[in-house]
Amino acid sequence: MSTIQPASGIADMGGDDGWGAAPRPDPQEPPFKEDWEKRAFAMALLSMRLSGTNLDAFRHAMNRLDRAHYVDDGYYGRWLYGAENLLMDSSIIAPGTVEARAVNMSGGQADEPAAPEAHKPDYAPTAAGSIRQIDAPQKFHVGQRVRAKVLKAPGHTRLQKYTQGHVGTVAIVEPAQVLPDTHAHFIAENAQWVYTVAFDSHELFGPDAETFTLNTDMYEDYLEDAS
Amino acid sequence: MSSEMTVNDHIPIALRTEALEQILVERGLVDPAVMDGFIKTYEQDVGPLNGAKVVAKAWTDPDYKARLLDNGTAAVGELGFKGPQGEHIVVVENTDDVHNVVVCTLCSCYPWPLLGLPPSWYKDPAYRSRVVKEPRTVLSEMGLDVPEGTQIKVWDSSSEVRFFVLPRRPAGTEGMSEEDLIPLVTRDAMVGVAEVTGS
Repeated sequence: MSTIQPASGIADMGGDDGWGAAPRPDPQEPPFKEDWEKRAFAMALLSMRLSGTNLDAFRHAMNRLDRAHYVDDGYYGRWLYGAENLLMDSSIIAPGTVEARAVNMSGGQADEPAAPEAHKPDYAPTAAGSIRQIDAPQKFHVGQRVRAKVLKAPGHTRLQKYTQGHVGTVAIVEPAQVLPDTHAHFIAENAQWVYTVAFDSHELFGPDAETFTLNTDMYEDYLEDAS
Repeated sequence: MSSEMTVNDHIPIALRTEALEQILVERGLVDPAVMDGFIKTYEQDVGPLNGAKVVAKAWTDPDYKARLLDNGTAAVGELGFKGPQGEHIVVVENTDDVHNVVVCTLCSCYPWPLLGLPPSWYKDPAYRSRVVKEPRTVLSEMGLDVPEGTQIKVWDSSSEVRFFVLPRRPAGTEGMSEEDLIPLVTRDAMVGVAEVTGS
């Protein structure tokens, strides 16, 4: 668990071109379209507890997937592959186990790796959920101009690439929360203030962009003063 | 299914899911009844009807609406709505001048206690990638034409804050009760890709 595995980059798709037209909503769509999606959903929720990890680690486990694993089987496909990553990270299942079982279930013959000795991260949350009470003063205030930093660390982050380097205005001070960048890797909770920052669309996407305001949440470590 | 399948073949996702469940159940790590419980919760109990109740109450009770916009988490909690993916709710109001629309570009964060699990369009890479760059065009593709004079605000959910849109109350519904308004409120309107219509 000591090595930080890099994100593939596929999940950070905000602002990207090439994904085609937005689908028309179907108001009658059920929560799950196929039965396997239900089982994948439930197992993914359980995988965090089983692997002794957390929601941020689960998100990063999906962000590590390559494009095919992230996209081809849809949302619950990436949940399943993400859950498998967590279970393998903590040695709950050995690599190749699921594939071998699937072959055996379909009439083929494959040797299944033995169940390994579990190796969960040395980690326990200080409280339930992600919101924390902290004593530190807020570094930024509503109305302040702030710049989203440019991040080059290989691990988990919630700082989207389309906002990096751009200047916006603090719109809302949100409750303090654990920092996904360190929490996903069990380094520290690093609870800190979160700010909803409003960006002008032209600042993000240039003078020819549609006119609108983009609001998104920034952990305090993501920001620097730009006033 | 071919009996010549090997571990190097692509495993169809339904089979793969079944294989993982079988392994985890066999090793005593997962209880299928617990899984059934999670599934039932989000198939039957927690869905957009919760959000619709919040909206109808806000439309008919100005004090509630004020509390909802001031502290969304507490106000939806008054109706009993809380739980995973609902730690902190921020409600944004659509008006004649402002249209709000919610996305999560990095995954598909969504206010589960109010809307249940996200619909497929919300999880689609086309929506996730483009609504933060060209929202007017994307909304139009999805069937909503936002008037030129209306300001668009996009909310990209990147922390554990969950955004929820309070849609505009449709004209002609002034005489309707809270209870009668609930069925008018759609999931898509509470994310901001549709308007509520009067019938």
